[in-house]
Amino acid sequence: MSVRNITPVKEFEDILPKEYKDLVNKGPFNNKKSVDDLGTFKEIIEEHPHCAGCGVSLGIRLALASLPSPEDSLVVGTPGCSFFALSQSAVNYSNTAFGNQNAVATGLKRMLQIRYPDKHKDVIVMVGDGGIADIGLDLTLHSWFRKEKITTIMLDNEVYGNTGGQESGMSMKGRVLNMAPTGKKFDKIPVFDMAEVSGCVYGARVTVANPKKVGQVVRNAILIAREIGPTYVQIFTPCPTNMKFPPDQTIKIAKEAQKDQYSYKEFMTDEVAEYLKNI
Amino acid sequence: MQISNYKVTAGPEGFIAPSAADMGVILPNKGQALVEGSITSENEGMDKAIEKLISAKNPVFFPGPLVLWNWKDGVEEKAKAVIELSKTIGAKIIPMPDYRPKYPMINPEVEINPNHPNLTIWHNKIDVCVFVGVHCHYANVALKIIRGGTDCYTISLCADAGHEDSMVSIRDINTEKINTLTEIARQMKARGK
Ligand SMILES: Cc1ncc(C[n+]2csc(CCOP(=O)(O)OP(=O)(O)O)c2C)c(N)n1
Ligand SMILES: [Mg+2]
Repeated sequence: MSVRNITPVKEFEDILPKEYKDLVNKGPFNNKKSVDDLGTFKEIIEEHPHCAGCGVSLGIRLALASLPSPEDSLVVGTPGCSFFALSQSAVNYSNTAFGNQNAVATGLKRMLQIRYPDKHKDVIVMVGDGGIADIGLDLTLHSWFRKEKITTIMLDNEVYGNTGGQESGMSMKGRVLNMAPTGKKFDKIPVFDMAEVSGCVYGARVTVANPKKVGQVVRNAILIAREIGPTYVQIFTPCPTNMKFPPDQTIKIAKEAQKDQYSYKEFMTDEVAEYLKNI
Repeated sequence: MQISNYKVTAGPEGFIAPSAADMGVILPNKGQALVEGSITSENEGMDKAIEKLISAKNPVFFPGPLVLWNWKDGVEEKAKAVIELSKTIGAKIIPMPDYRPKYPMINPEVEINPNHPNLTIWHNKIDVCVFVGVHCHYANVALKIIRGGTDCYTISLCADAGHEDSMVSIRDINTEKINTLTEIARQMKARGK
């Protein structure tokens, strides 16, 4: 894990497929990039099999474009739609058994700290709302209680997208879904508030309708996790397929949510506030 | 020790090819090699690999990430040795730069993907191939898929303990051993074999 992993042996440079040449020469590894640069560089993820208008894939695209050191980053995922784009991304990626992401990430982070004591290796969990709020809730909270220095990013489409539309703990109360025909009976689980009381030192709640903000909070969250403690970013990533809206309305739906359940929220400890002043 | 007479020969062995280990084929010890499921001396294994390669119609090397990327000292030398060997044989090179599944599809003319290695083998009509610098767990899968669906003869040059599912497997491969293979190829060619 270092920029050497994306440095070709000279003799083999010519035979690399164009995509890899572009990653080496125009990618984010040798020249640092951000969300502001989208469209001008070879991205870590480009082609993927997500549905048209998929909010999850947009959330992944924005988050991956915001990694402060992609060559020293390890993304940890779990079953869910996010797996499709993440497994095709040009960044170290590990999948886990459903819900185990923060436990696996803990092990990987600790191992990397032992193996590379003088370097920052960023471990970033990127999974769906079902993966965090339902099936992985215990392991997620415990990693926060233990103050593991990892960043957890929830790609919240408010549904189990991958399995065809079951309600998740993050679905809105009353929401009718393919497999919740009478509507959800209880409120969205307040994972964002739970992150704060469970030990996260920084948290931000954003939507894909605000790419700049997503880029900024993801970057902050990763940098803070290096130095201070666990961080959490919750991104609203609407799902046209399950919410049954036209695929060109994703941003509009996300914008509307910013006036409702997805108003911008951020929390940080005093130590983090101090730290952010200096970066 | 030999615990099975199962022959690991070129396929197609069927949609779900049995793993050679399941059929009782065991990995060679240091100094040994595997030829079609039987343990031989390393020299014998090397001879067989080169014999197959120089008599092939369309031999192709598949260098994996461990020799394509300059991830640690010594890789550059190993990569040069691989290129020299493939040139001596007159083989083509198709890289396997990483193991990502590709959407919508990989281009089998320019890269091999361990998830669909048979695509490459079919489109290029490759009759003998060499895996080198491929992480073992991916080589294991890809070698089985190739044997399952194609008639390609597979050779693995493995830096660890070798692969039961390739037809010839040389273990503990390093720059020196690759150079030895090149030397064998030169001599065999000179003898007109
Ligand atoms: C232990 C286990 N239980 C159930 C599943 C089936 N499963 C796969 S994805 C998924 C839902 C994922 O929902 P979410 O985390 O919200 O991700 P999304 O697909 O919406 O992005 C389920 C239930 C599984 N893979 N493993
Ligand atoms: Mg979901």
